This record gives sequence, structure tokens and C-alpha cells, in this order.
Amino acid sequence: MLLLLALSPLLFAALAFTLPDQRRRPLALLAGASLHALLVVVTWIQPPAPALSGWLLLDAPGKLVLGTTSTLFLVCAVYAQGYLARRADRDNRVFVGGLLVLLSAMTVVAISQHLGLLWVAIEITTLTTAPLIYFNHNALSLEAAWKYLLVCSLGIALALLGTFFLALASAGPGGPHSLLVRDLASAGPSLSRPWVRAAFVFLLVGYGTKMGLAPLHSWKPDAYGEAPGLLGAILSGGVTNLAFLAIVRVLHVCNAAGERAFAADSLVAIGLLSMALAAVFMVGQRDLKRMLAYSSVEHMGILSLGLGLGGAAASGAFFHMVANGLVKGVLFLAAGNIHRAFGAKTVDKVSGAAERLPISGPLFLAGFLAVTGSPPFAPFFSELSILNGAIRGGHFWAAGLFLVFLSVIFVGMGATVLRVVQGKAPGGRAPPELADSPLTAGPPLALMALVLLLGLWVPRGLLGLFDAAASLVGG
Amino acid sequence: MSRWTDTVFILVVVIDFFALASSRLGAAIRAVAAQGALLSLLPVLLATGEHQTAHVVALALGALLVKGIAIPLMMGWAIREAAVRREVEPIVGFVPSMVLGAVGVALAFAFSGGLPLPTPEKHPLLVPTSLATVWTGLLLVVSRRKAVAQVLGFLVLENGVFVFGVLLSDFMPVMVEAGVLLDLFAAVFVMGIVMFHINREFASLDTAKLSALKD
Repeated sequence: MLLLLALSPLLFAALAFTLPDQRRRPLALLAGASLHALLVVVTWIQPPAPALSGWLLLDAPGKLVLGTTSTLFLVCAVYAQGYLARRADRDNRVFVGGLLVLLSAMTVVAISQHLGLLWVAIEITTLTTAPLIYFNHNALSLEAAWKYLLVCSLGIALALLGTFFLALASAGPGGPHSLLVRDLASAGPSLSRPWVRAAFVFLLVGYGTKMGLAPLHSWKPDAYGEAPGLLGAILSGGVTNLAFLAIVRVLHVCNAAGERAFAADSLVAIGLLSMALAAVFMVGQRDLKRMLAYSSVEHMGILSLGLGLGGAAASGAFFHMVANGLVKGVLFLAAGNIHRAFGAKTVDKVSGAAERLPISGPLFLAGFLAVTGSPPFAPFFSELSILNGAIRGGHFWAAGLFLVFLSVIFVGMGATVLRVVQGKAPGGRAPPELADSPLTAGPPLALMALVLLLGLWVPRGLLGLFDAAASLVGG
Repeated sequence: MSRWTDTVFILVVVIDFFALASSRLGAAIRAVAAQGALLSLLPVLLATGEHQTAHVVALALGALLVKGIAIPLMMGWAIREAAVRREVEPIVGFVPSMVLGAVGVALAFAFSGGLPLPTPEKHPLLVPTSLATVWTGLLLVVSRRKAVAQVLGFLVLENGVFVFGVLLSDFMPVMVEAGVLLDLFAAVFVMGIVMFHINREFASLDTAKLSALKD
């Protein structure tokens, strides 16, 4: 079952690479995404058996990541039908095929219990996204793809070294000689502690680069700024969560080895630094998509902070991971629509989006309110529970800084978003080939509804999953 | 036998310095190829009775083919095809890079002195060599302007990681070993394609021209 889940997108990728018909190819994407979503639903109803002698196993954090990724990918696949039809000028063979390979690799990351396999799968996500960023084939997207590839390859190489350190830590007398998270965690005290600590540093830097934590985020504004909105949604809502999951797995091992305090402090520090840096760059940001990239840096910081604080905050971090993933989908898809309708993405050229695009414009505003933590959307409640966890744990400084950064970001981001959405649109309503259509405005609208729903009512089973995931990492 | 192993480790570090100091791309590529070929000896030289022979041979041959032959050929092809000018054009000068490299080697020895290995020691020079090479690679990537030179830096970094991997080859599953080599190949392959496009777009392989995106 798990193998089928991981490998089925590859089948559709092969189909996409061989299909000669440019217009029908996006249907392979939709079919692959639908089948994947269906299989994920089946795994939620009936827990699948572990595969490959325990290397693949679906646990609570994996379930959350997989569910978010699959939902987001399905929505983006529907959006792609409308988007790629409008971009008939571009060959979409690599784009469609690459997205499906990416889906397969993302699935493997979510269900992998072996740190080596996890690393290989994350490496594949890096390699497949680079050509996708270059979809527009111009100088700027090339620059973004080059930076992305170089910075992330360095990060991933350091993560490999960290993985080796962890393997070495497990090789002492009485150690498990294994990279399976379960073996490492149960052998906790027999691991070599100095090497576990060194491994954590390298793995945090390596996977932190992929996640886009400051100061390792330098590729992010460029890549998100130049990639199609659809890819930005998948990167910021899906791929970053996978890197977060990798750090969760590593933290699990560190806790078992007795290195919790060191690891937790590092996570809190790097989380607050990311929020601070995002606040600085978000105030006065003129480029829509780059603003969203800094928002992603901010939210990765929030995840890291929540994970480091532990307890109720860790449970809130998992909730926030889901909520942020879905809202980022809304924002990037709406921003993509605005970008195309205006032919620009800077505030001096874009204004009156609500008039020009009556659905995507207001949707962008709603997405902004949700992502900055306004009630009644889901991120409000997840951020509240992180704050609650911080105060109950006695981390008053962290809680205070958290609130300060959130307010600065709300004001900074709000100024840009209001200038974009309000006012008079230069050309009036968009012509039909650029206007909102069911296939381009419908998918972000559906995601927005989901975000609102998760704010108003979270199913009991889902709450249980957040707590189960948090208890793995000392919640 | 041990004397040969010492020589290999020392040569690897010497090549690190050569790569930092070299101003000609062609020479640097050949040096990195030689480093890759030397590294492929390590699994054989350090093999103990616990090794399965098949794994040792596979790892050594794989490293020789990928690090020593295939990738250097690709890099050479890339500079000919793109008609890159042969100078390296560092952002940090050659002498400061050498000094930083030397600091890295000293730190690598200090670090590995402070962290005792939990396993029976394979060779006292293994961990410091690995860390010094990783450091050199990082230094090359951030301090060079040409795309080809940056890729070379990435290769040196991967070589350092590979040296560390040899320490684990007793109990590392084959898949992870294969993953290392595949990754290297794939990363450079994709980078090569990107370089080709950079060249076509800008008529140059100078990444300093890639500076339109900033805040």
C-alpha cells in the first residue's frame, strides 16, 4: 500500500514524458494527483502496514504532512488545467512530468523512517524543482534556479554529513548500527552524545536551508519570486513542511539521546531569528511574490519556535504546519492570477486587484488576513496555542518577541497587500483571457474555505494527531 | 600498507590547497579529478576483514568512475563548449583563501581531537581530512565567481563527505552508498544543463552577472 502510494505518481510522470499532446498532458497531472489523494484517504481510514522491513511507515507527523501535501497538490493540479491552457506558448512536458516526480519524492519523505532514505528523497525534491523554477525560460528565472540549486545542494551535502555523524553515533559498543528512527530512539542512551550533538548542528543547517530558516533562506525570495505561482504554492506549502518533518525526526533521536535542551534552544533561537529577519524585509517590500517568500521564512520560524518550546507549543506547531501549508496555497495561487492579469508583480504597477479580478483580489486579501493570524481562520488558533504553550512553559521572553514580530509583520505586510488590492485598476476589469475563470480562481477559493473550516471546527481525530505528533518530540 | 594510506590522506589535503591556489580552471579540474581517483583507493586500503568484498570493490570502482573520470570529463566538456575564459576570478584572493584553508585544517584537527570516535579507529587522519576537505569545498563555492569553479567547489565538498562515509562502510547499507554517488552525478548533471543555459542567456559563465534579484 505504502509502496503503491509512493510509486503511483511515477507512472503518471512516465505517461506525461511520453505523451506528445501538449494540451492533454496536464490531464496526466490531474489523474496522478487524484489517485494520490484517493490513496491518502484510504490510508487515513485503514492504517497501512509498514513496508520494506520498517523503512516505510506512516506515523502521526507523516500522516499530517502527507495529508497537507496531497490536498495542496490536488488543488494545484486542478489549477494547472486552467494555468497551462493559458500558457500554451510553453512546452509543459518537463513541468508536468517534474511535478509528478516531485509528488513521488515528497511522499517518500513523508513516510520514510530511515534517515538515509529520507535524505535521498529530499535530494530528489531539490533536483526536480530546479528545472521547474526555470519554467519561464528567461534570465531572471535562470538566476533563481541557479541560486536555488547551488544553495540547496550545499545544504543537502551538509545534511548528508550530519546523517553520517548520526550513523557514527549509533556505531558504538551496544549501539544499534542503524539509521532507522525507531532503532535510534530506542537505543537513545547508548548513542555517542558528542556525535549526536554535532549531527544535530549539521542536520539543522542542512535541512534548515531547505526549509528556508534565516540566515539560510537566501534562495527563497528569488525562487518563489520567479517560479510560477503554482510551483510557489507547492514549494512553500509542501516542500518546506517536508524539511520540517526531517528536523522533527532528528529531534526525536536527539531527545532520546539526552540532547533535548541543546536542540530545543537552537530551534527557538533560529525560529526567532527567522521571524525577526522576515519582519525587517517584509516592511516596505514592493514585490508581491517576494513578500510571500519572506512570509514563508516567518512561518518556518514559527514552526521551529513551536517545536523548540515543546509541550502545547509543539502540538500548535503541527497544527500551524497544516494551516500555513494550506494558506500559502491560497496566497501563491491568487498572487499568480494577479501577476498575470497585471503583467507585473510590484506595488507601483499593481493596484485595484479587487476591481480587476473580483475573485482573486479579495481572496488575496483574505489569505493575508489568515496568514497573519486573524480570527476566525486556522492560523489564528495554531499561533494562539503556540503562544499558550510558550507562556505555560514559562518562556515569557520568547512569547513577548513572538507577539512583537507578529504585529510588525501584520502592519508591514498589510501596507503592501492593501495597496495591491484597493484603489483603481489601471485597465479596469481584466479581459477574458486574463480574468478569473472557474479553473484558476476556484482552486484557491476551495482552499480558503478549508482554512476557514479548520478555524471554526477541527475534527477530534485531527486534534489527536497533533498531540500524538507532538508527544513523539517531547510535547 | 599504512604508509600508503597516510600518503593518500596527505595528498588529498594537498590537493585541497592546490584547488584553493590554482588560477587556471583546467588545472583545478584535473586536480579535483586526481583527488577523486585517490579517494577511490580508500575503501580498498582501509578494508578490514569485516567488509564484504563486493561492497568494497563496488564503492571503489563507483567512486573512480564517477569522481575520477565521468565528472571531470563533463566539466572539461562544459568549459570547452561554453568557451569559458580559463581564469578562475576569485572574489577572495588566492593568498587569503590559502590562509583560510589552513585555518580550516587546524580547526578540523582540533574538532576531531575533541570528539573521540565511538568505533574502533580506522585511521587517525580520516576525520580531520574529511572535515578539512568539506571546509575547502565550502570556501571554494562562496569565494569563486565562475559557475564552473563553484561546481568544482561543490565536488571538493562532496569528496570530503565521501571520506567520512568510508568510516561507515562497514555497516552502511548499499543503498545509502549508491545514493551518495548518484546524487553527485545528478547534481552536477543538472548544474551542467543550467550552466549551458546561463551561457546562452548571458553569453558568459560569470555568476556575477546573476545579480538582478536582490532586496
